[in-house]
Amino acid sequence: MSAPLIELSRIERVFHLGDSQVHALQSIDLCIAAGEYVAVMGPSGSGKSTLLNLLGLLDRPDSGSYRLAGRDVTTLSADEQARVRSERVGFVFQSFHLVPRLTAAENIALPMVLAGIAPAERGERVRQALRDYGLENRADHRPDQLSGGQRQRVAIARATIMQPALVLADEPTGNLDRTTGEEVMRLLEELNRGGVTLIVVTHDGALGARARRQLLMADGALQQDRPGSGGTPSEACALPT
Amino acid sequence: MRAADLIRFARDAASGSPLRTSLLILAMAIGVAAVVVLTALADGARRYVLNQFSAIGSNLVIVLPGRSQTGGFNPGNAITSTPRDLTIDDAQALLRASAVHRVAPLAVGTSEISVGGRLREVMVAGTTAEFIAVRRLSLAQGRFLPPGDWRRGASEAVIGARIRDELFGRDEALGQLVRVGDRRCRIVGVLAATGQGLGMNTDELVIVPVALAQAMFNSNTLFRILVEANSREAIAPAKAQVSEIIRLRHEGEQDVTVITQDAVLATFDRLLGTLTVAVAGIAAISLAVAGILVMNVMLVSVTQRTAEIGLLKALGATRATIRNAFLTEAAMLSLAGALLGFALGHAAAALIRQLYPAFPALPPDWAVLAGVATALATGLAFGVLPARRAALLDPVQSLARR
Ligand SMILES: Nc1ncnc2c1ncn2[C@@H]1O[C@H](COP(=O)(O)OP(=O)(O)OP(=O)(O)O)[C@@H](O)[C@H]1O
Ligand SMILES: [Mg+2]
Repeated sequence: MSAPLIELSRIERVFHLGDSQVHALQSIDLCIAAGEYVAVMGPSGSGKSTLLNLLGLLDRPDSGSYRLAGRDVTTLSADEQARVRSERVGFVFQSFHLVPRLTAAENIALPMVLAGIAPAERGERVRQALRDYGLENRADHRPDQLSGGQRQRVAIARATIMQPALVLADEPTGNLDRTTGEEVMRLLEELNRGGVTLIVVTHDGALGARARRQLLMADGALQQDRPGSGGTPSEACALPT
Repeated sequence: MRAADLIRFARDAASGSPLRTSLLILAMAIGVAAVVVLTALADGARRYVLNQFSAIGSNLVIVLPGRSQTGGFNPGNAITSTPRDLTIDDAQALLRASAVHRVAPLAVGTSEISVGGRLREVMVAGTTAEFIAVRRLSLAQGRFLPPGDWRRGASEAVIGARIRDELFGRDEALGQLVRVGDRRCRIVGVLAATGQGLGMNTDELVIVPVALAQAMFNSNTLFRILVEANSREAIAPAKAQVSEIIRLRHEGEQDVTVITQDAVLATFDRLLGTLTVAVAGIAAISLAVAGILVMNVMLVSVTQRTAEIGLLKALGATRATIRNAFLTEAAMLSLAGALLGFALGHAAAALIRQLYPAFPALPPDWAVLAGVATALATGLAFGVLPARRAALLDPVQSLARR
């Protein structure tokens, strides 16, 4: 169907805590096609966040290879990785991670400011994003003047303002009540329908079931890779690499 | 990241924690203000001393007979080595020089002064009416020698304050007849007490007309010619003109020495200038202290903002961007502190001038520039370590912090 966006092979991630070692990820082989909607589930400490950080180039594997859009990204320098994050990856966090002293509009504009995009273009795109996420009246509010749902909408607007191909969400509804969480999930799924590859870490089986593909992790290993209610996973990665 | 965005980001970050920011700015401001005020005091002292020097006649050019050793080898001197004496005619001739304001001849000798059985050895100075103005002396009583023909002179004397006290005690000195050597003189004036002055002590001096002194010592030579130039700037031309006039009068031979007070003044100037630099250096130490404070406060800030730094990295910020953001903040705080300190220092200097108008407490420009530049440099230098630490933070662990 479509080309693979993410190809992981034999990924290992080991944390050293004093004398003991924690195998946060163990020989992970994974292929995700562009435009997929994947839920990552599993018990606490099973390595979901570690996997997501690795996919977002915030962390490096101890061994194995990671190809993003056909390019080996594990060997990139820190600055090259920052560029890839800036252009291709959007993050949504459980605790929102908005900058408290900046307004909603300024938080949304932050990735463009960091990328050095001209103020005129920034203003245009921020206005559009505020409209898209129903935040027009909250543009000048600081995070502490926003509700949890509004904060997460600001965070999603920020994650998508650079039009990334990949959006990574680590328990995006973890700090929200059920209805607000539903609404946030709908926004993310909307993005996915627009062609963005969406990977969501969640504890909530019901939310996970909405994804077209579910990855079940246990003790740092990929235990199960099964289709969700959303349909069958793409064929592009069916071939062993 | 664009420069304007970098500055706005740093400004927002700084104003986001007002206590920390104001503390830093204050520390920097105190350092810079210290430099400005201390150099204002030191440079003020320098100017004050120079002004005091001017008060005793800094425009003075002094002619003494004989070639000074420092003049170097002169073929003319080798042939006729006996120097000519200075005469009253020489002194009068100097009045022709355009850069010369006043001339006072000076003949000096020791003699005895006696009145009513009391006797004392004294230094007798023969001079003219101009002397009191050239040496900037003042009178306590009576009048000075009257102007008139330098070759004549009434038998009048002006005595120093100490002589007056010793000879007359509480009695009236003015109008009294005294014996100076073998002459009888009438006392017409008493000099104001000056204490130990530069050169001769005028408190123990008896001043008589130059013609009388020469007759008394049976000589027609002068000890010195005191010349006052028109202005500070006219000292050099006056010196040249005086040398030339005397040379012509002495058949083309350079057989006198002409000295100025500039040499003394230059020494003081150098000495006090060095003091100003030293004081500036001491004040700069407070800037170093401020720099260390900048470093510590910025390090705390990096720790407090760890999660934010992790977020910036997740949003695509490079290490350079993060480093620049923190460096910009350090530079902005230092600059704000430097400007505030500049203003405070100038205000304090102005206050000192207001309170002590005689004391010219003005900071020299170089010290102000150096102070502000040092503040910026220390702020940046001590900002490098925190900025580097921020840039090298691990994004995953930073994001995990809340
Ligand atoms: N920086 C670290 N240093 C040491 N061990 C770590 C570090 N980060 C994660 N780990 C360990 O790696 C394992 C996987 O952690 P991870 O955060 O990926 O789990 P998770 O599946 O996201 O759990 P949760 O559902 O609680 O968020 C855990 O055992 C954790 O203790
Ligand atoms: Mg987790």
